[in-house]
Amino acid sequence: MNIPKELKYSKDHEWVKVEGKVAIIGVTDFAQSQLGDVVFVELPDESGTVKVGDGFSVIESVKAVSDIYAPISGKIVKVNQALTDSPDLINQEPYGEGWIVVIEMSDSSELDDLLDSDAYAQLAAEGGH
Amino acid sequence: MTVKQTPLYETHLRYGGRIVEFGGWSLPVQYTGIKDEHNAVRTKAGLFDVSHMGEVVVNGPDALIFLQTLVTNDVSKLERNQILYTPMCYKHGGTVDDLLVYKKDADHYLLVINAANIEKDWNWMQENAEEFDVKLTNISNETAQIALQGPLAEVILSNLTDAPLSKLKYYWFMPEIDVAGKKVLLSRTGYTGEDGFEIYCSPEDVTYLWDTIMEVGSPLGLLPAGLGCRDTLRFEVCFPLYGHELSADISPIEAGLGMFVKLDKEEFNGQGTLQEQKTNGPKRRIVGFEMVDRGVARAEYPILVEGSYVGVVTTGTYAPSLDKNLGLGIIQAEYAKVGQKIDIEIRGKKVSAQVISKPFYKREGK
Repeated sequence: MNIPKELKYSKDHEWVKVEGKVAIIGVTDFAQSQLGDVVFVELPDESGTVKVGDGFSVIESVKAVSDIYAPISGKIVKVNQALTDSPDLINQEPYGEGWIVVIEMSDSSELDDLLDSDAYAQLAAEGGH
Repeated sequence: MTVKQTPLYETHLRYGGRIVEFGGWSLPVQYTGIKDEHNAVRTKAGLFDVSHMGEVVVNGPDALIFLQTLVTNDVSKLERNQILYTPMCYKHGGTVDDLLVYKKDADHYLLVINAANIEKDWNWMQENAEEFDVKLTNISNETAQIALQGPLAEVILSNLTDAPLSKLKYYWFMPEIDVAGKKVLLSRTGYTGEDGFEIYCSPEDVTYLWDTIMEVGSPLGLLPAGLGCRDTLRFEVCFPLYGHELSADISPIEAGLGMFVKLDKEEFNGQGTLQEQKTNGPKRRIVGFEMVDRGVARAEYPILVEGSYVGVVTTGTYAPSLDKNLGLGIIQAEYAKVGQKIDIEIRGKKVSAQVISKPFYKREGK
């Protein structure tokens, strides 16, 4: 299970990579392996705003439909359109080309509520709940 | 309700299966991945644990007439060691279950029923057997079953038995043969749309059989296959799944299974309604559809035509062999024509789709 040290994680299995005022969001390696083959990603509109816990995207695997929740609040400034034609990027490179959105954070103190890699590794080891 | 395990539960963990609950059973949804396993069954072979399926033995002088009353297909047409597929209906024409009938002898049949329906079917059969001289025995717990499916199934199995597999035709069975030194009932049946076999054996032997078949088959591309691809495989060939395309509320005629409803035989449960539906045409039909716009239809999503509700999705998913998002749904008969434009309501949004012909997939040479 790949859980990069430098990222932050939500209990809902999203990862957050902070770059100044913006955060790149995706789903973890654990999440993609649980989902199985991803066949469809419903992407949000660029320039929409989200609050922590909002469902902003839906990932569908062959079997399952999963909501993706915003790990932080802010404005969506970029959406990974490549997922439209290649949803399986989420399986292949969950931390790379499979990123989902970039959010301009409205309150960076929310980052303190996220998990570090060790805490997330423990969550995943317990089956993800 | 306690979740039951098949005799292969530990084996699934050993093979890396991801366990989910299905119809009251703990079974692997996948091992390596649904698409991988799906493609293995279409091009090489896959091995499924279907031990959760139910088995009921019917014995006695009235066995045939009892079954003729119970199911919609004509059991009298069966030869010894032959199998038929049939719906089993309520008096009002809705479906209790769909099953396989194995004729072992004139007074001896084996019924194979869906796992989630075992208790309901058993009660229904008991109730219907009252006026007949038959004995019913539920042997579900004493029977394990694995399915070896795919174009290489015969090649793989021929390494493990001297039985003349090439002579065993589709929907026939051999009541007792040796496979890898174990006594099994072997039938040329399956739920994938590919060639293949279903192997019935004792729970004590099934782990050995599984391991031995995997050992022989792996070098040829055999994969262990989970429930996930079992569903996508049967979906592509439009085999109904009870609880989706068939239910107490959906008759076999509505499901498009008229060829398995023989109205000219003895009286049977549901005959009146089914006769009426066959004569006048059912008010609703199961259709196949393809998503035109982006989106995946799922069971229970509404189907609309020009904004009006006309039906509901019964199964919808990505179809790996066709690389398309497809669905089955039950809709008002007037819209059940190929080319009809429909909308699927996905999370509150209308996404366009179109009725297409069934089945979606057909294996070559068949």
